Amino acid sequence: MAWKDLVIERRSKETLNALLFFSLALLFVFQFALGPDRERLASALPGLLWLGFILSGVLGLGRAFLVERENDCWEALLLAPGDKSAIYLGKLAGSLVLMTVVETLVLGLFVVFFDVDLGRALPGLLLVIGLGTVGIAAVGTLFAAMTAQVRARELLFPVLLLPVLVPVLLGTVKATEALLLQEPLAAVAHWLKLLAAADVVYLAVGILTFDVILEG
Amino acid sequence: MVAVPLIRVAGLVRVFGAQRVLDGVDLDVTAGEAVALLGPNGAGKTTLLKIVATLLRPTRGTATVAGYDCVRDAEAARAVLGVAGHGTHLYEDLTARENLAFWARLRGRPADAEALAAVLADVDLERHADVRVRTFSAGMRRRLALARLELTQPRVLLLDEPFAGLDQRARKWLEARLEAFKAAGGALLMATHSFGRELGVSDRLAILAGGRVALDTPRAGLDPQDVQRLYAAHTEDAS
Repeated sequence: MAWKDLVIERRSKETLNALLFFSLALLFVFQFALGPDRERLASALPGLLWLGFILSGVLGLGRAFLVERENDCWEALLLAPGDKSAIYLGKLAGSLVLMTVVETLVLGLFVVFFDVDLGRALPGLLLVIGLGTVGIAAVGTLFAAMTAQVRARELLFPVLLLPVLVPVLLGTVKATEALLLQEPLAAVAHWLKLLAAADVVYLAVGILTFDVILEG
Repeated sequence: MVAVPLIRVAGLVRVFGAQRVLDGVDLDVTAGEAVALLGPNGAGKTTLLKIVATLLRPTRGTATVAGYDCVRDAEAARAVLGVAGHGTHLYEDLTARENLAFWARLRGRPADAEALAAVLADVDLERHADVRVRTFSAGMRRRLALARLELTQPRVLLLDEPFAGLDQRARKWLEARLEAFKAAGGALLMATHSFGRELGVSDRLAILAGGRVALDTPRAGLDPQDVQRLYAAHTEDAS
């Protein structure tokens, strides 16, 4: 499933191109809005970074099941005998790869645009980004499946997703803020635990309920 | 000895809002038999196929495939089902070979190069094996969709307008495949609007009208004019 999604994305480049242009536009807007004031930047950067990740994630995840609507492939997925959670995990893996590519580029551009010195914070930051991305993708993949067959899915998807992502947003922004202020990883251990717990809960719910969601 | 039906539909009712699309449908299809479902638009042919395919729940009544209830044992029923509906179930940006490999793997069937090449050759698409489906004509897509079914070797086939969009050569190929499928003990239920040679593969005709099977008759001895006459008589009665 992940292989299929990535091959289709590599050939069509529909989602990747859209996400990259969107992220770039977002960075330009942030740059103009904040200006060169270092103090304002320091306090706003963690939130802006995750706003970029979340918005591009919402856009990408919202499209995750659109390819299955083409030629009634959704119907054929439903008809495939066996554990449907494998389809969920495959879709999740494909989304994770795509989000990782976009986040890597966004992070790189953030460093360039805002002249941020990640330095010692980078390993810890990568851990936070990894945990946050799994959480966003886990619940996003589930909700994307839930809303894929709904007429107002573009509206419904973020409305459902964003409130559920509050623990992830809180944990990632707070941990990123501390790490960018050069605090040690141990100082954000409680936020990392929250993110890990959220990931486990989202993944478990996704695996256990995907069958019911796919059946409609 | 009485043949055990591979498809059994009993007292099937399906209501959409205020509309009673199926109103007590009874139908059996035994192993080695093909039944053609005829009926005007909105008669419930696709709805009936979707219920037997486990894609839609009936409001009342039962449908079983190879003895498995299509609601309670849907997973077991799906393992023996092959379904080709209005959609081709093909990914536009995958090649013909990649599409077949993906669906075979998802159904736990062998997807080695040899098996895929044999199936593609069978539907006369071996020269297009590594071409994206996006560039295929309607007939090529249809052939590839049917090749997908062949690869998964179902015992029960549910086909909605299987001959639509096929040229003469592909029609002959499909007729031969469906005859071979029946000879191997498979059961086939297909919805069609055609009264012509497409019905040649079917052993029985079931005309759906007014939410019920208005006529269930052997096809042998009926020419297209007879079918047309029966169809008109039963669908006009119902309307």
